[in-house]
Amino acid sequence: MAEVTGTGRVKRGMAEMLKGGVIMDVVNADQAKIAEDAGAVAVMALERVPADIRAQGGVARMSDPDMIEKIQAAVSIPVMAKARIGHFVEARVLESLGVDYIDESEVLTPADYENHIDKFDFTVPFVCGATNLGEALRRINEGAAMIRSKGEAGTGDVSNAMQHMRKIGGEIRRLSSLREDELYVAAKELQAPYDLVKEVAQTGKLPVVLFTAGGIATPADAALMMSMGADGVFIGSGIFKSGNPAQRAAACVKATTFWDDPKVIADASRGLGEAMVGINVADLPAPHRLAERGW
Amino acid sequence: MKVGVLALQGDVREHINSLIDCGVEAVAVRRAGEIKSVDALVLPGGESTTISQLSEVFGVYQLIKDRIASGMPVYGSCAGMILLAEEILDAKVGQKSFGGLEITVRRNAFGRQVDSFESDIEFADGSTGLMRAVFIRAPWVEKVSDSVQILASVDSHPVAVRSRTALATSFHPELSGDDRIHRYFIEQVARPALEKVK
Repeated sequence: MAEVTGTGRVKRGMAEMLKGGVIMDVVNADQAKIAEDAGAVAVMALERVPADIRAQGGVARMSDPDMIEKIQAAVSIPVMAKARIGHFVEARVLESLGVDYIDESEVLTPADYENHIDKFDFTVPFVCGATNLGEALRRINEGAAMIRSKGEAGTGDVSNAMQHMRKIGGEIRRLSSLREDELYVAAKELQAPYDLVKEVAQTGKLPVVLFTAGGIATPADAALMMSMGADGVFIGSGIFKSGNPAQRAAACVKATTFWDDPKVIADASRGLGEAMVGINVADLPAPHRLAERGW
Repeated sequence: MKVGVLALQGDVREHINSLIDCGVEAVAVRRAGEIKSVDALVLPGGESTTISQLSEVFGVYQLIKDRIASGMPVYGSCAGMILLAEEILDAKVGQKSFGGLEITVRRNAFGRQVDSFESDIEFADGSTGLMRAVFIRAPWVEKVSDSVQILASVDSHPVAVRSRTALATSFHPELSGDDRIHRYFIEQVARPALEKVK
């Protein structure tokens, strides 16, 4: 009986199990436990949350393996970690640590401004960011088993995530309305492989799970993203940069499950204390916008 | 027969599609009224700690536990198997299950995601032919009581088990496009159990 690891079904299937859930950024074992207790479906282990990367500047890299292993030891839920775009050695290191998913992330400083990682070459699955359908399909073509909208990480401003979800959804709906002989040009315009374009046109959805990320800070933000068709939500700085992380984390989990019930969202939103202060994306000079990294 | 899929978190849609392919009415259920309205229940794959916690937060934990205890037919895949186990090893501190199957389950027993795998296994439903099974951070069964029958094993670890009214698998038939497990649940577990009640 041959057991095969790292297949497309096993990689994409892992993301299916996270659907309807919240994945939270954590920087140490204590935060990871708070996230697990609040009902997170997974944690993203990283040294600095995006808001701090933004504030402190400099080059942002893969986290210390010691720190990742401490978080793996602290919780029983899946542990994800970030590698720089194109940095396949960081990805190999993370794979050797046994992380459950790698985020090839624009939040870290890219290591390669032309190529992303060849993700088919790994047993561990990858999630990648996208701002539009073409970008999502290019990442899937390189082996990404899960896609997330990029949003603008570390701001607490949900407007970019909203824009990316509308863009991806809109482009999928447009493809579904085209004649089959128009898909060749559509593939050219999207700069995406024809086979994937055709698949999306036929099924009306991405071939992998689509989460949303970047700027989500409140239960209502999480529910808004679910209403836009997200399969689940990443919350980065929004929880542990707020006044009461444990309560806010649990509230965001509730609102993600009952995204279509305003009463539940209202209850979850009560008395949460200070939300992260946040930055308006419009006030960020273009070179500091993370969503524009990756291509 | 109306079958509910518990829709607090996890791969709900895939289970609904598999059930519909088997010709039964399938609905996502989250609220007490919805859970009370179904004849049988499926606990999907997902994160067992999240699902059990949300069931408590939204006040349906006891209802589900009671309905399973009183003989509602139930099937759980992966996280669903953990939620049906009377005893969980390597659990999160304080993690609760609904119970209903007298088994001891070890969480993430096959390892982390890099160890997740597909394999062809034999399933004792009376038909011949191997079944493609997808294991994702999967649990296995360490101990069963006399009331529990083992239907499939991998490396001598049970990965599919049943009692009179409950079925559980470590793997995800909802992902592999093979509807033998869902069909088995409906025809061999749920239908006989419901007819007996009538």
